[in-house]
Amino acid sequence: MGGKQNIISLAVFIVVAAGFPWILPSEYYISILILSGITAIAVVGLNLLLGFAGQISLGHAAFFGISAYTSAILTTNYGFPVLAGIICGIFLSAIVAFLIGMPALKLKALSLAMATLGFGLIVYIFMNETITLTGGPSGFVGIPRFNIMGYDFYSDLAYYYLVASSLTVVIIISLNLINSRAGRALKAIHSSENAARVMGINVHRYKLFVFVLSAVFAALAGGLYAHYLSFVAPSAFGFHASLQLIVMAILGGMSSVWGGVIGALFLTSMPEFLRIYEELETILYGLILILCMMFMPQGLAGGLGKLAGYVSGKLFRRGLK
Amino acid sequence: MNKDAALLKCSDIYVRFGGVMALSGVSFQAEKNSISALIGPNGAGKTTLLNVITGMISQSEGSIEFKSRDLSSIAAHIRSQEGMIRTFQNLEVFAHMSVLENVMTGAHNRYKYTVLDSILKTPKYFARERQCRDAALEKLKFVGLEKERDLPALDLPYGKQRLLELARAICGDPALILLDEPAAGLNSRETRTLGEVIAAIRQDFGITVVLVEHDMELVMSISDQITVLNFGQVIAKGTPRDIQNNPEVIEAYLGSDD
Amino acid sequence: MDLGSILQYLVSGLTVGSTYGLTALGFTIIFNATRVINFAQGEFVMLGGMLAVFFAGALNLGVFPAVLLAVSCTTLVGVCMERLTIRPVQGANVVNIIIITIGVSIFIRGVVMLFLGKDTFSLPPFFGTEALEFFGAMIIPQSIWILLITMLVLVGLRTYFNKTIFGKAMLACSFEQKAAHLVGISVDRMIMLSFAISALVGSIGGVILTPITLTSYDVGIMLGLKGFAACILGGLGNPFGAAAGGLIIGVLESFGAGFISSAYKDAFAFIILLVILFVKPSGIFGRADIERV
Repeated sequence: MGGKQNIISLAVFIVVAAGFPWILPSEYYISILILSGITAIAVVGLNLLLGFAGQISLGHAAFFGISAYTSAILTTNYGFPVLAGIICGIFLSAIVAFLIGMPALKLKALSLAMATLGFGLIVYIFMNETITLTGGPSGFVGIPRFNIMGYDFYSDLAYYYLVASSLTVVIIISLNLINSRAGRALKAIHSSENAARVMGINVHRYKLFVFVLSAVFAALAGGLYAHYLSFVAPSAFGFHASLQLIVMAILGGMSSVWGGVIGALFLTSMPEFLRIYEELETILYGLILILCMMFMPQGLAGGLGKLAGYVSGKLFRRGLK
Repeated sequence: MNKDAALLKCSDIYVRFGGVMALSGVSFQAEKNSISALIGPNGAGKTTLLNVITGMISQSEGSIEFKSRDLSSIAAHIRSQEGMIRTFQNLEVFAHMSVLENVMTGAHNRYKYTVLDSILKTPKYFARERQCRDAALEKLKFVGLEKERDLPALDLPYGKQRLLELARAICGDPALILLDEPAAGLNSRETRTLGEVIAAIRQDFGITVVLVEHDMELVMSISDQITVLNFGQVIAKGTPRDIQNNPEVIEAYLGSDD
Repeated sequence: MDLGSILQYLVSGLTVGSTYGLTALGFTIIFNATRVINFAQGEFVMLGGMLAVFFAGALNLGVFPAVLLAVSCTTLVGVCMERLTIRPVQGANVVNIIIITIGVSIFIRGVVMLFLGKDTFSLPPFFGTEALEFFGAMIIPQSIWILLITMLVLVGLRTYFNKTIFGKAMLACSFEQKAAHLVGISVDRMIMLSFAISALVGSIGGVILTPITLTSYDVGIMLGLKGFAACILGGLGNPFGAAAGGLIIGVLESFGAGFISSAYKDAFAFIILLVILFVKPSGIFGRADIERV
């Protein structure tokens, strides 16, 4: 069900993503797109957890950060190849997610929010304080650019395509997962854990699975982030960052994979456009958030969907006449 | 396993909530391929017993045997995998899914494939999904909901959501289903349809049924065995006819004269 | 580890913990009325301190008039927030309302940053600067003020909830909104009142702490998080559990900083919190809900 629709959406996405750099007025916008794409990878993962399984994580930026730092340290200080560094980063994040998810996912809604929030803050504090390892608050510099088998992704355009293809893979994995036995189990857990249990679903194991999977996506994003900017600092992985990811997922629209992509693109690029208002930037950002949630409760994906339905409805009616 | 052994056997179940004794020494059994009803006034402990049997809460004392195997301290989802599935008094259909997906979820452990199969869309994924879908469609047809299969589950009227829960429960191919007040909130016509469906579940699929119900007409018309609970204790057991004439039962329902 | 330093850490922990507790109280009051965690709660605390600094400095008022004015302005902000952003979306998804409160917190922070700047400010102590010696610990008068005022607020709230008709109506709303509505309680007004009281309590928490810890436009984030932690620790929904949770976090933090490492003091509090959550998910003073199936 919905298979055909997914294939069409995916095709549209690939065409748009491939064509995007060619219609942009300057190189600068490509770097915004790269950061949006990297963030979108994390948000799509978080959306599997939040939108489909109904479990919140207020510490997701920690997984993003653990992987970014792991890969940065291994490649810069120990001469690991970049790809190996990223894989180690993902692996470490997955292990940490497993260990923290094990007890935390037994908690209900707001307690789970608090536990993940606390976890995120602890990781953030350690990033700041273990100065010999991470460089502390001023950050870690000199991280090599992503390269694979001798090919360096030096140009932003090349890096953009790397990020866009990673995002595409993440989207495909997510779509396929949702339309499967595991996807139904996750949605069942969201509606009623008791009923899910009665259907023979191992609730805790599925929650843990989706938690680790979303951490893996966040970690992939973290690796791509570190090897793009060649600089990481704790401030990108603190509570504010975790909150941003959540807001993107919800603002984009939680009930679809595409919501995460739209939310990430919108909220990553918006501050860039608001930057011309300088001092007013934060105020406007808050205001836009409030208004969007008040008037588009289904998120941007829902809002756009409604708009598309309205427009095609109009065209169709005119066609009949 | 000998032929007429009980499929489900609960012995001496005690459940305490704080200082309240919800069940005190209840024994109950369901013969294979029978329809057994649990009745009793509100607060008698019927739903509590169902919760204990399915592993939603744990008993303070007592044992539960299913297919001659001791399940007393086994997790709920494993009891389900062993073949006992229940429905809920306050409907618990899966809100984020279509009608068909709800029923497919019921067959979670029947058509298995790994997450990797689904991500890579292997032939196994397609084969098992097709089987699962066919099984689900068959069950939808059985309860008469095949036309509504693509609707969001929450768009169904109340009575049809009850049928949906039944279809979902039997799609897992259980040996035993436990129905918690399936007729609650249904009108008399819907209740009659429900009775036919429950009888057919035993007839066509050979599933044993345990029924908690207030609607006496329904209970009396389809049950083989009735157990009456009051204040957490069994006060009578027997066929519908025995129960209808049992003075203790009448007293529990209507109150005594003094 | 001597008695003097233990006492010293205990007092400074209780001092900071009072603010956490008052913040947590604010969270709880709104949560009970609406089932929403108000992420702008920390900004109420920040506003209390920042506005007091502004009124005392720019308007050249004395400390007490400035504090009173700051607290009343913040209360007004709470009311406005409810009227403008919460009431219009009544009945919306709780998650959406939480995002709205996040938006409000960013907005308030932005406004304060725009008008009062990014600097760190201080406020003179309310009364007396001479530290008292007590069993080898030096206790500044402001600490005593903080503890006194916090006690006063707690006693006041307790009386309010137990003795007044408004307080009882609010309690009724937190148990069962529909039933409260049926007996003629205006749920709308109660929700507005809960925002007003939360803002009031939060800003008191902010203003009493400012003479000790300084303030700036962004202190609300951490204070809010600690307050939220205190709520969960005390058992969400239980106002006095929340206040106690705040004191506990303050003391833990203070001992962690004193005896282990001041760099990790925040981490210390959160690690303990995680351990407690994993061992007793309903919080220290919370009762485990019996789920009806």
